[in-house]
Amino acid sequence: MTSIILLSVFGIINLFVGFAKNKKVLLPLVLLFLAIVFGINLLDWNDTQSYFSNMLTIDNYAVAFTGIMTLTTLLLLPFSQRYIDIADSNLAEYYSLLLFSLVGAVMMVSYENLIMLFIGIEILSIAMYVLAGSDKSSLRSNEAALKYFLMGAFFTGIMLFGIVMIYGATGTFNITEIGAAQAGIGADGLMNTMFILGILVLIIGISFKISAAPFHFWAPDVYDGTPSFFTAFMSTVVKTAGVAAFYKLMVAAFAASYTTWFPTMVAITVLTLVIGNVGAVIQTSFKRMMAYSSISHAGYLLMALVAFNEASDASILFYSAAYSAATIAAFGVLKMVQDQRRSADYEAFNGLGKTNPLLAFAMTVAMLSLAGIPLTAGFFGKFFVFSAVLQHTDMLWLVVLAVILAAVGIYYYFRVVIAMYMQPAGNYEVVKVGSFASFTLIFITILTILLGIAPALVSELI
Amino acid sequence: MITALLLFWPALAALLVLLIKGQGAKKVAFVAALVEFALSLFALSAFDTQSGASQHTLSLPWIESAGISFSIGMDGISLLMVLLTTFLVPLIILSAYKHEYKNPHVFYALILFMQTGLIGVFVAMDAFLFYFMWEVALIPIYFIAAVWGGADRIRVTFKFFVYTIFGSLFMLAAFVYLYLQTPGAHSSDVNAFYQLSLSSESQSWIFWFLFIAFAIKMPVFPFHTWQPDTYTESPAQATMLLSGIMLKMGIYGVLRWLLPVVPFGVSQWDEVVLVLAIIGIVYASIIAIRQRDLKRLIAYSSIAHVGLIAAGIFTLNEQGLQGGVIQMLSHGINVVGLFFIIDIIFSRTNTREITSLGGITQNAKGLSIFFMILLLGSVALPLTNGFVGEFLLLSGVFQYNAWFGGVAGLTIILGAVYMLRMFQGVMFGTKSELTENFTDLTLNEKAVLIPLVVMVFWIGLFPNTFLSISEPAVNNLLSIINR
Repeated sequence: MTSIILLSVFGIINLFVGFAKNKKVLLPLVLLFLAIVFGINLLDWNDTQSYFSNMLTIDNYAVAFTGIMTLTTLLLLPFSQRYIDIADSNLAEYYSLLLFSLVGAVMMVSYENLIMLFIGIEILSIAMYVLAGSDKSSLRSNEAALKYFLMGAFFTGIMLFGIVMIYGATGTFNITEIGAAQAGIGADGLMNTMFILGILVLIIGISFKISAAPFHFWAPDVYDGTPSFFTAFMSTVVKTAGVAAFYKLMVAAFAASYTTWFPTMVAITVLTLVIGNVGAVIQTSFKRMMAYSSISHAGYLLMALVAFNEASDASILFYSAAYSAATIAAFGVLKMVQDQRRSADYEAFNGLGKTNPLLAFAMTVAMLSLAGIPLTAGFFGKFFVFSAVLQHTDMLWLVVLAVILAAVGIYYYFRVVIAMYMQPAGNYEVVKVGSFASFTLIFITILTILLGIAPALVSELI
Repeated sequence: MITALLLFWPALAALLVLLIKGQGAKKVAFVAALVEFALSLFALSAFDTQSGASQHTLSLPWIESAGISFSIGMDGISLLMVLLTTFLVPLIILSAYKHEYKNPHVFYALILFMQTGLIGVFVAMDAFLFYFMWEVALIPIYFIAAVWGGADRIRVTFKFFVYTIFGSLFMLAAFVYLYLQTPGAHSSDVNAFYQLSLSSESQSWIFWFLFIAFAIKMPVFPFHTWQPDTYTESPAQATMLLSGIMLKMGIYGVLRWLLPVVPFGVSQWDEVVLVLAIIGIVYASIIAIRQRDLKRLIAYSSIAHVGLIAAGIFTLNEQGLQGGVIQMLSHGINVVGLFFIIDIIFSRTNTREITSLGGITQNAKGLSIFFMILLLGSVALPLTNGFVGEFLLLSGVFQYNAWFGGVAGLTIILGAVYMLRMFQGVMFGTKSELTENFTDLTLNEKAVLIPLVVMVFWIGLFPNTFLSISEPAVNNLLSIINR
């Protein structure tokens, strides 16, 4: 709760600090803000409270996800170092928008009321629409912003439609009350139809936000066009918040209609896994591959949701943490390589192992983690997800499918590793890396390996 | 405790080696590997060879809430595999003495790091630790092969990597399933898996999930397609690691994690596996006869030998299993020796084509003798190590089915054909331009070959030294399988 207020206030303060000419203070300041939020958020641990006449509930679930999302943002920010040197970049605005976006994300993991969910998603999204278009001189960035905005607005409408139908059927926006109310509506045919339709429409709306197939079509273009720094935020924090909100909604409101939405969710999961992984294989641009890879990871996260048992929340939490850490590292390296070599293709990484051993190593660990190979956090992410699903013995086929697709994943993740270590650097020079950024990369790499050896640090939180 | 030391020492040494720039890394790595060998001898001296239970055990909580523990230990089979690993790794490092690899510190650190993975696979008593170590062993060897390998290395090693991961992910899925079947608060301990009583339908599919992972690693026909290319394109040391030690991971996996865990699954499918293995023996032998590249020839011979081991252990009788264990040691020693000799020849003539070689005996008597001994060991001549293993394996297969035994026995004849044909082409005949000035073995080459040849005779003459170590463990395994 305090984290929401603090983040909003800090965002505004930050805007004012932006009037000062010295941009150098901004980054340390925002990092400090986020560190404060991270610390204060932890104070709410094991202390479940409801706020604003039951609109928000801060429980351990909310605290854990808020913690991960704040930390993700914190670790991402050092990669914006280069913006400081660009004269006409609106750094203060970018930072403030990120903070505001984070406010929306926190609301999405702690809502108790569908209205709050809706507002959270909107706060998050509107900031992201702006950031997607932040590279004003780039046509691709403009295209991304427009696409994201139009599609986003459309699906927000759909989601609202779903919320309204559920309200119509149950007479409440409160998710716990919805969960309790649905036993009574089974008898009424019309109400029941409206309720089920509401669930399905709501599922479609949120699926869009986490870029689950078949509502993913916007993602590759938007991720590709958006400046890499913000793409990283989009594919980590936004996705984490989306999946966490999704799971919370299903557990609190729609657990009793599990059998109704289960087939739809399974279909979405399977499609997401297949389209994400197969789509990533055929890309020649690393950044576009990462866009498809983020779709595929939405699929693995949805597997944990579909499992829908006591192991699901811990799996989602751990998977989000592992995935976020690896993705920030990957995008961090990508951004630095892209800034210097003017390309986000696989070829841009040629010879990086020779020119920048640190960047190459961090990228390799990130790719191993995304591919789910032991010694990295990603392995335990997949492991927890598979265990959650396998508790339903009749869903073995889903795990088999995921296993086959995970092997496909290794193919595209390793292309960049091969480019870095086994291709000659050619004309490429050493990529300049800020000290702050290298320190962060080392930290993320250690974190990824640490979670790959001792996963209990995160997985036993909730 | 000693097991943990054996497991972590190479990894620690690898970190140390990483800090040393230049060719000095090689020496440090060699000393570290010798220390590891000494540690394993100490473990052997403190080992009770009368008992089939695992010893030197250590169990610490790892992911406590999930019942997953860091649990390691060795029974006789594990110990022999650990000894094989610790014996071969120093020799493999020494065999690179003359090579000036780029970034030597990374190269040798990766070898040592891989050793941790290999030892880990052989001592893991927990399914997830086993899987973990299984992949830990894979990543370094992939980089060794892909960075320091031959011209076509990128495509070939990538195929190898994706192929093996594909298999092992199935193993992971099977382990997770088995783990969830354990009663109470779930456990992934090996003994918990042994005590499961699963329906024969589920054992049937679990069998395939596990078998695919192990079969790709060994490799058993028809999962072998990655192997000849990978062996050919990898640098010599990587080929030795892959063929000498890594393929034993697959066989060991069958012994520890397949046969006793899903005995009904095995009884449903053992005939299929035997047929595949025997097809592999004959098929690979025939292809080996047609090879002109020395490395490819040995690669195919390796498929044939492993096929026989696989056939032997799936007979589930004592001869077959004991033969499998002893043949794992023999094959490891012979194949590393043979690949090293090929590397020696290659380093002097820059070719591995049999037709461009010839007449080497005239210049290099020492090399010829060592080559001949290792080759005879490989074709299973009595008094050499190969004989003991193949004899036991074939007698195991005969007990299972005389027809199978007859066809599998072709391996001895075909093996002699391709091996002797190779020896004739390379060593006898007239000298070619390339072998005109062939020099005999240097001191450090002898230092690698002598221990290997000593082992060829030791296992050949006194197999009981080794058989007695594994016997209680094999009997213990059989009693679990037949329970």
